[in-house]
Amino acid sequence: MENAELLQLAIAGLKNGSIYALLALGFTIVYAATNVINFAQGEFFMLGGMFAVFAFKTLGLPLIAAVPLAVVAVTGVGVLFEVLAIRPRRDGDQMSLVIITVGGSLVLSSLARHLFGSDALPLPEFTPGPSLAFAGAAIERQTLWIWGLVLIAVVALTMLYSRTRLGRAMRACMQNREAARLMGIDTGRVVMISFALAAMLGALAGVAVTPLTSTRFDIGAGIAVKGFAAAILGGLGNPIAAVAGGLLLGLIEQAVIPFSSTLKDVVAIVVLLSVLFVRPQGLFIRERKEKT
Amino acid sequence: MLSVQGLVAGYSAAAVVDGISVAVSAGEMVTLVGANGAGKSTLLKAIAGAIPVRAGLVSIDGEDVTNVPAHRRVGKGIVLVPEGRMLFAGMSVDENLTLGAHLRTGPAARRAVAEDRERVFGLFPVLAERRRQAAGTLSGGEQQMLAIGRAMMSAPRVLLLDEPSLGLAPKVIGEIFSALDVLRDSGLGMVLVEQDARLALRHACRGYVVRTGRVALEGPAEELLDNDDVRLIYLGAWHETKG
Ligand SMILES: Nc1ncnc2c1ncn2[C@@H]1O[C@H](COP(=O)(O)OP(=O)(O)OP(=O)(O)O)[C@@H](O)[C@H]1O
Ligand SMILES: [Mg+2]
Repeated sequence: MENAELLQLAIAGLKNGSIYALLALGFTIVYAATNVINFAQGEFFMLGGMFAVFAFKTLGLPLIAAVPLAVVAVTGVGVLFEVLAIRPRRDGDQMSLVIITVGGSLVLSSLARHLFGSDALPLPEFTPGPSLAFAGAAIERQTLWIWGLVLIAVVALTMLYSRTRLGRAMRACMQNREAARLMGIDTGRVVMISFALAAMLGALAGVAVTPLTSTRFDIGAGIAVKGFAAAILGGLGNPIAAVAGGLLLGLIEQAVIPFSSTLKDVVAIVVLLSVLFVRPQGLFIRERKEKT
Repeated sequence: MLSVQGLVAGYSAAAVVDGISVAVSAGEMVTLVGANGAGKSTLLKAIAGAIPVRAGLVSIDGEDVTNVPAHRRVGKGIVLVPEGRMLFAGMSVDENLTLGAHLRTGPAARRAVAEDRERVFGLFPVLAERRRQAAGTLSGGEQQMLAIGRAMMSAPRVLLLDEPSLGLAPKVIGEIFSALDVLRDSGLGMVLVEQDARLALRHACRGYVVRTGRVALEGPAEELLDNDDVRLIYLGAWHETKG
């Protein structure tokens, strides 16, 4: 294979991988606060695209307003989801919480179907125009948007975690929730903020990718599997590792394409299972986090 | 200052703490001794708000805090140094201390927090040498010092200590207890739960003997040290004479 072709595959891998990274971050953030895998994460992604299409097409807002509005609205959905579905059972066992998120995911996608129909809905590119040439490969403009947004999200999240009081409290909850509570941290609030952040990141991924793929009420589950696989690949609980896991999964998928393009969607599941069997702590985490 | 009256708490239907009353004033250390499973840790957790109180009253300086959630009870001046230390293992010594002061925000508090940090380092100089080290990599003694230091960062009025000597060498235990003496003399109230009843009763003013969720006996520490029943059961005095 030629270099340009390889480069083209790498670009596609990093584009999809960035999307997986945002979803993986959502899984990781909620897991860190609750020890629960939030299977509704993919619905935040779907709703991001849906709300953007609704604001753009139905409300007639310009994209520059429709996109942020969609992200904010889905963040609100994340908060509502936590308050209505998670909070009442917060002290329940993990399994029932996981089942609640699965149920929540079904409810959200059914609602979306009811509200927005079952057709695939397109959204224009943020900045339409011809692809850019780069060393013999082509980069779609929207891909640059995706990378830019992912970069901003990761930098902002890193600042939040490392520089702010809230971020420190969130990391403390990650390490030892009981101790965090004893130090005066309102762990209930941290859980709510975690859902808000996860919803925001999912929505961001959804709006960024919809111009390339369009959106439909039932795309949440499929993307959730990929985001989850990326999170597990990175090792649940560490945001940076989640991003690395997402990018790596995107690249692995592209590496499979030359052999069989139909296998691409199985990659995530294979990766997921292999990691769970061989290295359950993830690739980028040396030991399981210790509980003191 | 801290007053606990008729406190009932537990995990399932049966009450583990079944009507215990304890009082501590500023600058006083009281100790709870009793066999494994007597309910000492449960009592401290209930006072700190980590588990719900089923009946009874917890108040500090006359303010009823019985139903104040754990994360706000710290702001009332009650802080628990839990059994097993519960440090933020992956975070540095400095960050653990900062988290202890989580509720003290605003420009006015910043200076006081900085001073308290220096005070903790004064009390436990080894922590100052290891400021950047992850808490999980500290030795057992250093971890216990950090757990106490972290609690002190909340500027408490009452410190609840659950077995601070557990698993530590005598020399380190000595260092920790002299630090506790200093804190007590500076006006802090303390409720100390200890396996080593002799050690605890030597440092405390008063003691409570807890048996299956109730106070079986209470009194000045010297009296309990001399009490034949206590010596027999909790001090292992069968083999030794009072030293
Ligand atoms: N989280 C929990 N869930 C259910 N039961 C518990 C829990 N923690 C403690 N218990 C039970 O409550 C009783 C009292 O336990 P507690 O830890 O208060 O005893 P203790 O006096 O601190 O003992 P030790 O000296 O061994 O620390 C025990 O029977 C214990 O099994
Ligand atoms: Mg105990």
